[in-house]
Amino acid sequence: MSLPAPLRRLIDAGRQADRVVPPSGHTAWLTTFTAGAMTFLCVFALALSLASGRLASRWSDALARTATIRLSAPPEQVEVQTEAILALLATTPGIASARALSDDEARALLEPWFGPDLPLEALPIPRLIELVEGDPGYDGEGLRQRLAAEAPGAVLDDHTRWRRPLAEAAGRLRLLGWLSIALIGATMAAMITLAANAALAANAQVIRVLRLVGARDSYIARAFVRRFTLRALGGSAAGAALGLIGVALLPRADAAGGFLTGLGFTGFGWLWPFVLPPLAAVVAFAATRRAAFRKLRELP
Amino acid sequence: MIAFENAAYNYGGGELLSEVSLRLAPGSFHFLTGPSGAGKTTFLKLAYAELMPTSGHVTIFDREVRSLSRDDIARTRRRIGVVHQDVQFLDHLPLAANVQLPLTVSGKTGDTRDLTDLLTWVGLGHLADARPPSLSGGERQRAALARAIIMGPDVILADEPTGNVDWEMSLRLLALLVELNRMGKTILVATHDLNLIRQAKNQVPARVLRISKRRIQLAGADL
Repeated sequence: MSLPAPLRRLIDAGRQADRVVPPSGHTAWLTTFTAGAMTFLCVFALALSLASGRLASRWSDALARTATIRLSAPPEQVEVQTEAILALLATTPGIASARALSDDEARALLEPWFGPDLPLEALPIPRLIELVEGDPGYDGEGLRQRLAAEAPGAVLDDHTRWRRPLAEAAGRLRLLGWLSIALIGATMAAMITLAANAALAANAQVIRVLRLVGARDSYIARAFVRRFTLRALGGSAAGAALGLIGVALLPRADAAGGFLTGLGFTGFGWLWPFVLPPLAAVVAFAATRRAAFRKLRELP
Repeated sequence: MIAFENAAYNYGGGELLSEVSLRLAPGSFHFLTGPSGAGKTTFLKLAYAELMPTSGHVTIFDREVRSLSRDDIARTRRRIGVVHQDVQFLDHLPLAANVQLPLTVSGKTGDTRDLTDLLTWVGLGHLADARPPSLSGGERQRAALARAIIMGPDVILADEPTGNVDWEMSLRLLALLVELNRMGKTILVATHDLNLIRQAKNQVPARVLRISKRRIQLAGADL
């Protein structure tokens, strides 16, 4: 596999220039470590953001599509009012379908709390009617009023109260994830800029000699840019690899789709971390180039 | 080649050079003399555009220095070989790579034989792989001279090139500069060593400039 053309050009053109700058210094490990650490954090921010996105999407879908009517009525009235509610729902615009949950389904819902042998007949468990919203949706307030008239014991629970804040929270978490990635990138750029400035200042004598023999600023800058870009690429690749291992070692998502256990990548999402090292290299390239030209203008 | 026209330089603490007007003709050999702190180094820095005159004009290869971009200045310096008293090298590179540096930064690849010949000419052929910190003062000066001429510059500016070497080595460096001048190079040597100037005047028709009271004047026969 051959390297991308821009990277190949940078490596080829800078190889000669790179030799003129002393190879060591504290900025070498600082850049590599910063790029590695930032990319490691970035992998987790990415996982968080993608997981939040999935969660927000799932909860929003559920919020938009389903609702439940809870019917509490005397036992002899339950069947009559259920039929009335279903008839009412069948003629309500914006409702795609509606059905009453069977006793087995109600038992299954309550099983986590009361165990499998729950005697539904002996308990005043409300009848649940599930409805699926159509497009466009129904008028919630109008439906509540009609239910109050037809079946006084019926309560419409459209899940808004608890699903909407959760969906909003998940959406904000996703936004925070992307914001974290942007901040991590900006921090990395700042750290690399500081390291590049330190390297340029430490090599002031080298720069003086190069200028004396006719080196252009672009030549001098290239030596530093190439070095910092490759260091950031290497450090970032290591950070991404460690981050991927960390994410892969997280517990797998359980059937209920718990948030913490679902924190990871799915499908093509696993490819995102591989974008980070080239991105880190681009950030390092831009940050070092800017710092180098500015510093070179300052130096006599 | 290089011309000064009423050029002055002010360091901020007063004028160091004032009303400097002179022209270095192609193939000429000049010495610049004067007491320490008189402004010899400043004059040389003006001549290779490391400093800009605070007033007046300095023209290098027919271009006013203030009109030169940073890239233009870099290209101009490839045509001017500079040798400093406190010559600086890239200590992590061997001597050969240091001497070849002007070629490297201008994207040219020199002939290895030419480099070997050049190092041999300045008497450093056996030290091609040595690191600069291991060189003596005289060896460093000769290496600096080799670096200054590897691009085939039109002008060679030397700032106290014999300041750190003994008399024998001074004569050897002078012989190299005289030989370069005979090859058609324009030479300007800043020095306070009057014996060296007298020695040179026996070999080439060198003119002597003296900095006195911020001005440059042609020295008389008192040397």
